[in-house]
This record gives sequence, C-alpha cells and structure tokens, in this order.
Amino acid sequence: MGLSMNNNAQALHHAGAVHAEAGRSGKNVRSDCLVAITLRESGGIDLQLKSKVEVLYGRSIRALTTDMLSFYDIDHASVSIEDSGALPYTIAARLETAVRRLRPEETRCFLLPEREGLRGATPRDRFRRSRLYLPGNDPKLAINAGVHAPDGIILDLEDSVAPTEKDAARLLVRNTLREVDFGGAERMVRINQLPLGLADLEVIIPQEPNLILIPKVESAAQVVAVDDRIESLRTSFGVDTPIHLMPIIESAKGAMFAYEIATATTTVVALAIGLEDYTADIGAERTLEGKESLWMRGAVLNAARAAGVQAIDTVFSDVNDMDGLLASVREAKALGFDGKGCIHPRQIAVVHAGFAPEETEIEKAKKIVRAFDEAQRQGLGVVSLGSKMIDPPVVKRALRTIDLALRSGLLTEGWKEETHEG
Amino acid sequence: MKDEFVRNAAGRDVVTAINGTPAVPYMGVGNYHPEGRKTAPPVPTCADYPADGNKIVADLKTALEKAGLRDGMTISTHHHFRNGDLVANRIFDAAAELGVKDLRWFPSAAFPCHEPLIRHLDSGVIHHIEGSMNGPLGDYASAGKMRGMGVLRSHGGRYQAIQDGEVHVDIAVIAAPTSDPFGNCNGVNGPSACGGLGFALADSQYADRVIVVTDNLVPFPCVPWQIMGNHVDSVVVVDKIGDPEKIVSGTTNITKSPDRLLIAERTARFVEAAGILRDGFSFQAGAGGTALSFALFLRDMMRAKNITARFVRGGSTQYLVDMLDEGLTDYILDGQTFDLAGVRSMRDNPRHIHTNPFVSYNYHNKGNIASMLDVVVLGATEVDVHFNANVVTHSDGRLLHGIGGWQNCLFSKCTILPIPSFRDRIPVIVDEVTTLCGPGELIDVVVTERGIAINPLRQDLIDRTKHSGLPIRPIEALKEETESICGGVPEKPRFRDNAIAAIKWVDGTVIDIVRQLL
Repeated sequence: MGLSMNNNAQALHHAGAVHAEAGRSGKNVRSDCLVAITLRESGGIDLQLKSKVEVLYGRSIRALTTDMLSFYDIDHASVSIEDSGALPYTIAARLETAVRRLRPEETRCFLLPEREGLRGATPRDRFRRSRLYLPGNDPKLAINAGVHAPDGIILDLEDSVAPTEKDAARLLVRNTLREVDFGGAERMVRINQLPLGLADLEVIIPQEPNLILIPKVESAAQVVAVDDRIESLRTSFGVDTPIHLMPIIESAKGAMFAYEIATATTTVVALAIGLEDYTADIGAERTLEGKESLWMRGAVLNAARAAGVQAIDTVFSDVNDMDGLLASVREAKALGFDGKGCIHPRQIAVVHAGFAPEETEIEKAKKIVRAFDEAQRQGLGVVSLGSKMIDPPVVKRALRTIDLALRSGLLTEGWKEETHEG
Repeated sequence: MKDEFVRNAAGRDVVTAINGTPAVPYMGVGNYHPEGRKTAPPVPTCADYPADGNKIVADLKTALEKAGLRDGMTISTHHHFRNGDLVANRIFDAAAELGVKDLRWFPSAAFPCHEPLIRHLDSGVIHHIEGSMNGPLGDYASAGKMRGMGVLRSHGGRYQAIQDGEVHVDIAVIAAPTSDPFGNCNGVNGPSACGGLGFALADSQYADRVIVVTDNLVPFPCVPWQIMGNHVDSVVVVDKIGDPEKIVSGTTNITKSPDRLLIAERTARFVEAAGILRDGFSFQAGAGGTALSFALFLRDMMRAKNITARFVRGGSTQYLVDMLDEGLTDYILDGQTFDLAGVRSMRDNPRHIHTNPFVSYNYHNKGNIASMLDVVVLGATEVDVHFNANVVTHSDGRLLHGIGGWQNCLFSKCTILPIPSFRDRIPVIVDEVTTLCGPGELIDVVVTERGIAINPLRQDLIDRTKHSGLPIRPIEALKEETESICGGVPEKPRFRDNAIAAIKWVDGTVIDIVRQLL
C-alpha cells in the first residue's frame, strides 16, 4: 500500500521486556500514531508528544495517556507519541497494544465509553449487495466508511494485516466497533484462519458485530468450531443479538463441501467466494472473463440456494475500471448472486446500480405482488396471474425485487396506490 | 508600537492602524461607501522614452536604479509563475546590492519558492510583505519576526487597493513569458508560458514605474499585448524567468479520495436539485481536487440533460478546456491558467477569454463578473455555525495561505463550500472560525461527507432541495457530530496581543486580524 512500517513495531515478546512500540508514523500516515513505551525504575512518567493537533487536542491526548498508564499501573516510564491526527480510540488502541507487547500476560482491556446506538440486530436475510473491506489495522479508511453507505462493512483481521500486527489490528478493530458509526451498514469482521481466528473472537464478540466472515473454510467442522466459540462468548458476555456467519469458500476442497458448510449451523446466512486463492489452488490463472471459476461459482451458488442462504460473489479488483465492475456485477446478478465484495468505496454505488432490478423485472414483480395481495384478500391459497399459477418462490422473489427497487430508488413506497393497467 | 483595536461590524477586534496608516474597520457587506477619486500615476511624456520603442536596459539592477529605487519604496510582483517564480528573489537581491532598505514587497501572492527572501526580511532590505504568506514566509510572519504588519487581500481587493490609492506602487516588476522591446507582453507564448498576466494589470496602470522582465524577447509587435507597452518604462531580458515545471503542471489531476469524490458528487447533485443547472447557466470551480471533480460530475449531468453553460470561470484546466471544445460552455473566462492545455487554449481559442481582477473581482467598480455567476464552489479551512469561513489560517492560528479570489467569489448567486467536516482530527465545522475571511451571510451552502447545511438566509434553496433526497442537516448538527468524532470541543490557539497581519475585506476595510502565536 506504499505505507512503510515505521521503526520496529514488533514487540519484544519475552518476559521482562522494557520497551515496546505500536502504531505507525511517517509522512504518508494519517489518523494514526506511533506509541513507544520504555519502562524505567524511577522518575515517574515522561511523556513526549509530537502531534499535528497539539494546539487543539494536546491536553486531551496527554490526559488519555496518563489515564491509561495509571489503569495499567505503569508508574515509571518514558513514553513517546508521534501523532498524525489519530482519533482517541486509535490512540487508546495503540497504547494498549504497546502495553500488551510489554506484558504478554496482560488481560485487562482499556475501554473508552462506547458511542451510543451502534449495536443492534440485523435480519438473517437482509440485503448484502455490497460489503466494503477495510484493512483492520489502518484507522484512516474506517472513519468515513459509513458515509459511502455500503450494505455491510468488513473490518478485516486476515489478509490485509501483516502477521506481526495481528495483535494491534485486533485491538483497533475492537475499538472501532465501539466508536465508529457506520450508518446503516451491517458490522462485519473477517477473522483469521483457525485457530488464530478463535482468539480473534475473544476480543471481537463482546462488541456484538452482526456478522463474522470465516476465511478459507473447507469443512463444516470449522464453522461449528467458530459457532461454538461465539456461543460460549455470547453467554459469558451476555450478548443477545444474533451473530451471523459468512464462510468464505476459497479452495477446491471448500467448493466440494459447500453445502455441508452452508448447513453446518443455523447461524450461517451466506456463502462468499474468494477467487484469488481458489484459482491458485486449482492451478489456473485468474482472468477477467473468469471461465476458470465458473464451475466453482455455480457450485457455491447452488449449495447456498439449497441450504437457503445467500450467495455472495467475489471482489472486483480493478478499482479504476467502473465499467468492468458494472459488467461483472450484472453477470453475478444474472448467475443468481446476492452481493459482491467491494475494495474501494467508489465501487459501492456501482454495485448497487448493478444489482438494481431492470424496469421489466419491476413491472413483472409488481403484477405478481398485486396478484398475491389479491389472493390474500380473497383468502385464496393459490396465487394466479391470468391463467397462470404462481408458485410461492416466485412470489417471494417478486417481493424481494420490489424491496430492491425501493432501495435503489426506482420505486416509491406508495407504488401500490398508483393507478395501473391490466 | 502597540496596536490599538476597535470592534468591527463582524464583532472582531481589529487594528485601527496598519503600519502607521489609519485603517477602516469592516462595516458589513456593502456598507462602506468610498469617496474621492481614483489614484493616478505621474503624467509621462514620450520625449523621455526612445522613439524607436526600444526600452531594453542591461539588467534588473540597472532598471531598478533607473526607476529611482530608494529606501521605503513599494515593489510589486505577480504570481503568474506560482511556485516556479525566479524573478522576485532576484529583485530583492539586486535591491540588497544597491544598499536599499525598508522596502514593502507587494506581491499578488507569495509561494514557498520565495523562502530566500527571509534573508532580506532579516537584514532589513524588506520591511514587510503585503500579500499572501504561506509555507516558510507564513511561519516567519506567524512567529512575529516580520517588522511590519502583513496585509492579506483578495485578488479583487488588491486591484481595489491600488486603484483607490491605498497602496501606492512605486515600482512594478512584471515577469512576462514574451515581450517586445517596447514592453508589450503576454503570458501565452514562450518557454515560461503561464496563460494570462491579469494580476499585473493594476500595477501596469497605476505604478509610478513599470519594469518588464522576460526570457523571450520578440520584435515589435508582441501580440496579444495583455500588458500594453505604453505603461512600461524599461524591459530587461534574462535567461530564465520561471521554472516551467512549477508554473503549470503538464496535467491536472482530479482527486482519488473517495470522501472528496463523494462531497464533489453531492455538490453537483445539490446544484441540480436547486434548479441552478439549466441552459445558459454559469459556474466557477477552481483547480483544487474537489472543485475539479465537481466540475466533472457537473459535466456528466450537463451531457445527460443536454445543457450548455454560457460561461465558465476558471482557473482553467484540461477539463474546462475539454468542456469548451465539446461545446458544453460557450466561453471560458480565465483568471489564471493551471495547466498546459489551458495555456494552449487561451492562446488559440477565441472563446477562451483572458480576464483580470478588474473585470472579474474589483469591488470598487461599476459591477463585476463574480456576482453574475450562478454558482461557485470554494474551499475553506474552517466554517462556523454562522457560516463564517476562514481560508487564511490553520486551526492552530498559523498563516496558511492567501485569500486569492475567494472573497470576491462569495458574491455569486450561490456560494457552496464542499469541504470535509474534519481533516484527520482537525475539525473544519467549528463554533467560531479562528480568522474571519468571509462573512456567513454570503456563504449559502456547506457540503460535507456527513451532510449538507444550507444557510437559513437561503430559504429559497432550502425549499427547492427539500425533496431531493440529499442529506440536508442543520450546520449545528454537523458541528456536534464533528466534535463528537474528533474527541470533544477543540482547544483554541493562544495568541499574544499584537497583530502580525490584517485581513482586508473586498472594499479595503479590515475584517479581521491574525495575532502572533504565543
């Protein structure tokens, strides 16, 4: 990403470490900070703060730092913070990471007050047309992600995070879930592959994300393991909102067991696809046309439908090619997919446009829904349009098309009252 | 000398005098009525100038000597070369060699390339600067190191100050990409081509002495003569007047930031929803990333709805030139050119018009273009809940950049500021701006990533966009959300009592001051 890891952010993970760092600084770093703590025997706390917001928030940053050091019973240390305009939750996450790197046995969490109204349940079958991936260890991109109005936001702990930064990302994502308002977007976290992913859950689940993405799933047992851990954490932390699962199929083996994976637990709401790993796994080049993955996409889609869950297509990786993206979304929709991953906020509107129903689809759906209403009104068990009988799945699909049309602004709420012909 | 203060109509305590000359406090928009007559330069006679039209002198030092340079004089320069200017530094090097002191430098804008002038400020060759100060010069002034008080004016305000005799220019030095020996010159030809020379117009008309410096001498006549040689005393030919790379960029880039793109797109949608986008309309958008993207979104809407603008005000760029070539606008009225496509278009396309602050911005005038524009989009470092805006200082009180045409543009029929509600952790929507540059009554709309705030004075805009589906919110709500994200109400910068710079309103009155940082 062109961002350099400043200094040696690695922890000194042996007992009795006296120096640890966390976070980043440098010319291209924004909304982050680099924290360094060096413990000492005496002399109290010496805080060196270099901040671009010194005049505006210097006092507040110092107070937060002092509070945290006192929370962790650190009485003597020199602490330096190079701040590029990090928000308080980021500064707190970096400080906590540094403390935990000093003390691997530390289990206490320093939690700032949570922003109100962030938690809330989402329905199993809600729209998941777009879901925006955000690198879990980069605070800059998360702050405004919600204003781009994706259906879901994925805070990623897996591939976008360097192995040495997993601990830092976990705490930053935890704090992000507590502080950042993503608007109406579903709050999702992609955990690491198991077993590391199970440890991620310990930190993440108490914050009640709506959905956990499990990467590189190849068996039902992996989903069950995640679900079991979530259940036990839900009980211990009194989490009562449902937490959905979205396994990602990214291997030949995963594709073979897609149905078992989709039906492993009742908490699975969707299957997603990752094609970079899949194409490598089958020994093919990933092409724009995607012939090499057509079978797999069909297999996963079919498994998802058979299991009664959503099917979510892979990401489109050329962020500058909006025409290509639109074509790719239209293709995914034509194949039956419900959603597409996004790696850039500007892709969201295009994805929504691509999944928006066509004019003819809307007209057809309107007729079916009206016929359905009519049958309901007359107490008929069978819906018919003209001489044709309409099956329940068709009605369901029509209702969804109408919902989608409403969301896409192609229909207004009062459409049933509008006069119509036929 | 201790500054004395008086509270102006905007409620700001401003200085009663600037460098010993009494100053008029801001009285409110349109409330100050000037009296008297415009100033005039001395009456010259052809008898004193070579009949063959050859005004070339050996070098800049000779030209300055010939112009009678002495202690305490005012020398003006212009920013057509932006950060690529090589002339201003040489002027003061020459002045230093001549042993002259206490000069007032009156640039239309200063850039980081003028950092070497700090030496001449330290040594006393330059007493103070009246013009935008940013980068190293801004820090120098903010730290209280400049002996005199700086004065920041808009482009229109600079013309007004010269015209009204508020600033007497002793010697104007006009760096010209092409000139003839008579001093007719332009900016569209030559290796240092920059487009227009509009910022030098007032100086050429009103300065006692005018020196043209060029690196591309052509035989008479140099056409077009954007500056008329009849105003010019002498012509100096040098190897190089500017660094072309820094004068105009080869290409201008639109922003890639998703947040800025969102703001730009929303701004365009607002313009459409407000009914401004109709055949024959006009707009101005600068060369900043967000403004450029706004122009592109607007262009797409114009194409889709088959709408043509009558004129577009630039800051011209490749993008505006493409719109002109495509027939989406009848004219570009260009105040300064930002890329090579703009320079070529101004040279070759008769519908790409070279303008200057007299026709565009001067407030002591019989009308100007700025108030005829249907919509203008501008930036700001801060906007407060009264829609007052700041463009000259950082939120921490340091001088950031000049006013440019910003104040002048506020007179458009609809002034929109597309800005983020905060930058990193620096709130942009605040309770009160650090420095007041533009009164809120002239700022109609603020478009942020978290919502659009419409000035309550513009009920018409509120009504027209009510059902647009755009996220329209009270500015107070945006401010509160901003503060809640940034971690509470920010502290205010702390200042000493003394003023280091005065901010002029378009009519020459003092709208605010910048104090020395503590």
